[in-house]
Amino acid sequence: MKETLLKLKNVSVRYGGVQALEDVDISIDEGEFVALMGPNGAGKSTVLKAIFGIAPLAGGDVLWHEGKITPKAHEMVRRGVTFVPQGRQVFKSLTVYENLELGGYALPNKSDLGKNIQEVLRFFPALREKLHTKAGHLSGGQQQMLTIARGLVSDPKVLLLDEPSLGLSPKYVTEVFEKIKEINEARKIAVVVVEHSVKSVLEIVQRAYILAHGRVVLEKPAKDLMGTDDLERIFLAK
Amino acid sequence: MEYLIHIAILVSIYSILGLSLNLVVGEAGLLSVTHAAFYGIGAYATALLLTESGMNFFLAMLIGMVITGAIALLIGAVLSRFDGDFYALGSLGFNVIVFSILLNWQSLTNGPLGIPGIARPSLFGFSFESNTSFLTLSLVLLALVWGICTLITRSSFGRVLHAIREDEQAIQVFGYTTTYYKLVIFVLSAMLAAVAGALFASYITFIDPSSFTVNESIFMLSIIILGGLASHRGAVLGAAFLIILPEALRFAGFPTDVAAQMRQVTYGAILILLMLYRPQGLLGEYRL
Repeated sequence: MKETLLKLKNVSVRYGGVQALEDVDISIDEGEFVALMGPNGAGKSTVLKAIFGIAPLAGGDVLWHEGKITPKAHEMVRRGVTFVPQGRQVFKSLTVYENLELGGYALPNKSDLGKNIQEVLRFFPALREKLHTKAGHLSGGQQQMLTIARGLVSDPKVLLLDEPSLGLSPKYVTEVFEKIKEINEARKIAVVVVEHSVKSVLEIVQRAYILAHGRVVLEKPAKDLMGTDDLERIFLAK
Repeated sequence: MEYLIHIAILVSIYSILGLSLNLVVGEAGLLSVTHAAFYGIGAYATALLLTESGMNFFLAMLIGMVITGAIALLIGAVLSRFDGDFYALGSLGFNVIVFSILLNWQSLTNGPLGIPGIARPSLFGFSFESNTSFLTLSLVLLALVWGICTLITRSSFGRVLHAIREDEQAIQVFGYTTTYYKLVIFVLSAMLAAVAGALFASYITFIDPSSFTVNESIFMLSIIILGGLASHRGAVLGAAFLIILPEALRFAGFPTDVAAQMRQVTYGAILILLMLYRPQGLLGEYRL
């Protein structure tokens, strides 16, 4: 039986007068691969931000190993939660290696930094060849790989990925998802991914939560979602 | 020759100011308009220690740096809560406050009458009385400041500053407390500005508040924007350019009755043209 790492119980988030999430229940087990899906404005990215402590909680509880916590970004990083925001936020004036170094800030033992970078690079051989290249000179796909690799340097237990395929060509989308799956299986890292590319993500995740209007409207194993009209019904509000 | 040495000393002093301001504006991307305040605090602290206690210049300069750093810590603690335009406005406000204190705290600063009779530096019996020897001292201190700035920018600390400049929220995701980095670089930058203040006070041998206004801060910003942000060589080139250009225009042959005005107009026009065709500055890496 896998232990539950992270749980949201009746979580609500409000931005000013806008209710972004309402009574959301989500749980993530150790090593699990979970997708958050739904139409634009459903609150998918807000769920990740609520977990990471960068969205204002208006109600509900966040549990870490069944213990109630008040998420704050720097504390979540130390607990082993890494957030990779959307938009390929690499530091363009720094080299690939320097970007990776920054990702290891939360490591309790700084002497592990070099070893961790080398381990991460095993998953991303294309980055190894460009270690001393400025990140701004990488292609869009390589920059996305770098943001994921950088998130892994701190050896996280949970990886939160916000739209990793955004703005990538179909070839790179497939490559990015293959890498994420490989990392999830090899390192037993729980992955929570927000994704628009429904087909790509359902093929690799174990479970999916479907959100609409800030609420979880469906939660199913990915294999049970494929081939049904559930997604079409929710996305197109039929 | 004395005139050229005078210009070279001013270029050295403003290069130190440019290098130190570049740490905050160029490396960390924080638009600070308060550098003249730290330049002034360093100058006044050194001047008061030299005139009141007859202390050695170098010791007075070090104490001036510590005093400036302590004040910068207080100012920076407030400024670190801001970013973008608010940071610029807040920093400008602090420059105005420091200027007002220098102007009105008569018992300490002698107000608008300033502090005269500031001694030139001396070391192991050697006095830097001549302008040539003072230029040598200025260049040595400039080289030291350059070295310190290089150490900072090439360190892992410097890389975090670059990351803050590019995207502060993105680096917070990894657990960095960016306010700490912003505060530390602000204090270091102020302490280095105090070196320039000490040199200036001792070189001119007189200071008053008019040398440390907001206009002076804007002039320092112009130096690094024109020379190129995040570039040490750019800071020195910018200082040289902005100090030498108005001097060179004295020899442009404008009619005597409008020469002063023509120099100002030409100076402004050259700056506008440079910003139009070289917005990242002469040697800069990026634009604000």
